[in-house]
Amino acid sequence: MVPDAFASPYTPNTDADREEMLRVIGVASVDDLFLDVPVEHRSPSLDLPEPQSEMELLRYAHGLAAMNKVPGEYACFLGAGAYRHHIPAIVKQIATRSEFMTAYTPYQPEVSQGTLQTEYEFQSMCAQLTSMDVANAGMYDGSTSLAEAALMAVRITKLDRIAILDSVSPLYREVLQTYSQAPGLKIDVVSAGRGGLEEGTACLLVQQPNFFGYMEDLAELSERAHSQGALLVVYSDPISLGLFKPPGDYDADIVAAEGQAMGVPLTFGGPYVGIFACKQRFIRQMPGRIVGKTVDSRGRTAYVLTLQTREQHIRRERATSNICTSVALIALMSTIYIAANGKRGMKRIAELCYHKSHYAASLISDIPGYELPMDGTFFREFVVRCPLPPGEINDKLLDRSIIGGLDISAQVPNGMLVCVTEMNSREEIESFTAALAEIGAKA
Amino acid sequence: MTALQQKFDEGRRRLLMDRSVPGRVGATLPPLDVPEQDLPPDSLLRTELALPEVSEGELVRYFSQISQSNFSIDHNFYPLGSCTMKYNPKINDEIASIPGLAAIHPLQPESTVQGALKLMYELQGYLAAITGMPGVSLAPMAGADGELAGMLMTRAYHLERGEPNRKNVLIPDSAHGTNPASAAMAGFDVVTLPSDANGDTDLEALRASVSEDLAGLMITLPSTLGLFDANIVEVCRIVRDAGGIVYGDGANLNALLGRVKLGDLAFDVIHSNLHKTFTQPHGGGGPGAGPVISGPRLRQYMPSPVVTRETDADGTETYSLSSPEKTIGRMGAFHGNFGALVRAYAYISTLGNAGIAQISDDAVVNANYILSGLKGYYDLPYDRTCMHEVVFSARNLKRAYGVSALDVAKRLIDYGIHPPTMYFPLIVEEALMIEPTETESKETLDYFIEVMRTIAQEAAENPELLHDAPHDTLNSRVDEARAARQPDLRWRPAP
Repeated sequence: MVPDAFASPYTPNTDADREEMLRVIGVASVDDLFLDVPVEHRSPSLDLPEPQSEMELLRYAHGLAAMNKVPGEYACFLGAGAYRHHIPAIVKQIATRSEFMTAYTPYQPEVSQGTLQTEYEFQSMCAQLTSMDVANAGMYDGSTSLAEAALMAVRITKLDRIAILDSVSPLYREVLQTYSQAPGLKIDVVSAGRGGLEEGTACLLVQQPNFFGYMEDLAELSERAHSQGALLVVYSDPISLGLFKPPGDYDADIVAAEGQAMGVPLTFGGPYVGIFACKQRFIRQMPGRIVGKTVDSRGRTAYVLTLQTREQHIRRERATSNICTSVALIALMSTIYIAANGKRGMKRIAELCYHKSHYAASLISDIPGYELPMDGTFFREFVVRCPLPPGEINDKLLDRSIIGGLDISAQVPNGMLVCVTEMNSREEIESFTAALAEIGAKA
Repeated sequence: MTALQQKFDEGRRRLLMDRSVPGRVGATLPPLDVPEQDLPPDSLLRTELALPEVSEGELVRYFSQISQSNFSIDHNFYPLGSCTMKYNPKINDEIASIPGLAAIHPLQPESTVQGALKLMYELQGYLAAITGMPGVSLAPMAGADGELAGMLMTRAYHLERGEPNRKNVLIPDSAHGTNPASAAMAGFDVVTLPSDANGDTDLEALRASVSEDLAGLMITLPSTLGLFDANIVEVCRIVRDAGGIVYGDGANLNALLGRVKLGDLAFDVIHSNLHKTFTQPHGGGGPGAGPVISGPRLRQYMPSPVVTRETDADGTETYSLSSPEKTIGRMGAFHGNFGALVRAYAYISTLGNAGIAQISDDAVVNANYILSGLKGYYDLPYDRTCMHEVVFSARNLKRAYGVSALDVAKRLIDYGIHPPTMYFPLIVEEALMIEPTETESKETLDYFIEVMRTIAQEAAENPELLHDAPHDTLNSRVDEARAARQPDLRWRPAP
């Protein structure tokens, strides 16, 4: 019988190999390589569990997964910054190719053209979707993209006030708070359609569609920012851009967005990919990796990381940002998603979301006790005022295999933010609205 | 190469927009199954959308062909110093794609994601056990993001103690560029600290640099010279006695697992790059994850969320997302890069105590084996036992034959090996920073040593061969100056 002793499948060298190597190195034991470690702190006990075989680990992981209620098995009407959209099979098939998945950051362009060329494709598609001049190769997520956009506006204008609409997601406002605490930026929360900006405002931050799912009057907001010398920073939704006018058409200066909706599984909140685009004249103030097209020593097309003098490994404490490892693989997933759906599909997905969410809204507005308190045009999310606290409704919906909308009673009394995408069939929508009616009737 | 063969190479470079043919589609979508609704006014709608129109099969071939010009850890030995390019276990990817983990929404009620929260809670515990530090927040999304979190925690600590004057952060001259950039983003002034002749922190310079304005020290252990700082206990003592925080950059944690805990050395806060030490695949530049791990002084300032557990009277465990008491806030919209956390969790679970300790032992043996094998062929600026990586200098070849570290690095590609990190750390001239990792066999290391010795010989006999390398790749050396001078950053229609 083979002994039970654990052997790691990830370290190939055997005791005999190690012995031979130590002989070449000229030491008696592995311990002799760690003599610089203070003697009183050497080789502490790790207190980790016993190793698990692949079979045991899989069983345990499936057990953890089974403790979760999973969208797909449950009808799901949650959005608020993370969206369920169909992911074509080729996205995973291509993105999990070892050549993409197990490569490092493409510092060596001769052996990284796969990563570099596809990042250039990502930049191109982001620029085209947003109608902006240029985009970078990606940020950690949409929220940090937005915070970095604010910092970039501060660098460009050399002003230190940031105006942010009160309809921007509270989660993104929290991230902005994290990033702005050290530079001591002043943040003014302002309302759409009301009053001017404070003197010395670097930028106005707008989410389109806003946190509640509704379209802001970007033409007016653009005028309001620019007339006072502030930049317009738009946090955009890339799926909506299949149908709605892009921020570039409103003279936005910087655009941030969350790319997750395009081909990236929900994964409990990450990894996602932040989109970051801006006007040409600001490129040297951009954070993050940027890929440029050039030629090799024989005149052939080649791609390479460029404008690196902005970055931390060259500029150190004077860099535009500290970002290094970002989310290249997730950007690739979005690139494949956009390419597969293409010109026709990206428009159609937006249309499906629009029609289905409006259908759901029309059904809900007919249910006694429920109302739609906001006016205007929404895209795939909308706010419902419920007859009961949304938390209670959501508990009852779970019994019917439905994950309801987000409880936003902190923003809107008894408010629920409902999201409908192409993934929600008519049957799901109608079960959801029937359940709301039934739960509401007992209120 | 014939003109037709050249056409194949050029074909691979054609961008998607240039392959686009009106009417082609690459994916299917369902019919609209609800009544069509009124669209908003035209003034809100876009009129053009320039995106590719390419069929699915064409897309697969395009991406597959261009992918093959990448080197990757699955295909190549990748001894990229400070990057810990180790083998990425396949079971980790498989677990990360279980629908119950991959398809859950970050804003679901906590009662519906107890399995995910439990996994995060257990991972927090594993990282605390490995580092000897009690506080763990999994929120930061990469190493530099963890650094930013740690430095904002440092700032909050000093502010709360009424010492806003503590503005200086000491950073050794061997540090990664992210350290000074992160310190600056957190509002600190960076003071560079020299290394001594052995590559350790210069204690005299350190003593001269501490003052009542000291906020803290950011130090990488082992250093980017691949050395375990022999003065580390004294370094930490000097900084803490002066009221400063000791920040540890955990990028090189792969050398220390089971050999020493940074918490035992009195570090206050560190980050761990899960995409280095704990095998989240690097993905061509992310995603990563950079949990911040803290000792008692900084724990209450950690970024939110952290996962907490409550056990009620009948033993039922409930996991929740919560905010540390004086949190610096959120690093991102949700709870960190969960997909990377799952992989790290699977990796640690597979290896347990014995396997985790084996990582560092073999990583350090492998690096020292390379050190022994190449000493005498390349200059060794710090001739002492190294940890998980070894830094050589090609200055001997440069002086004798005009062959640079860059030439050596590019020539390695011709032998199927990814170049080491070059010209870093900045304090070593013509640096070649080699990190083999523990997942490489003796046979691979023997091949690498043979190749490196051969290259040293080629430098003497045929330097042109090295100047022109690599010879066999889709692109020869790339004109980086032109890329920066005339930025071409996106596709545009042919004029």
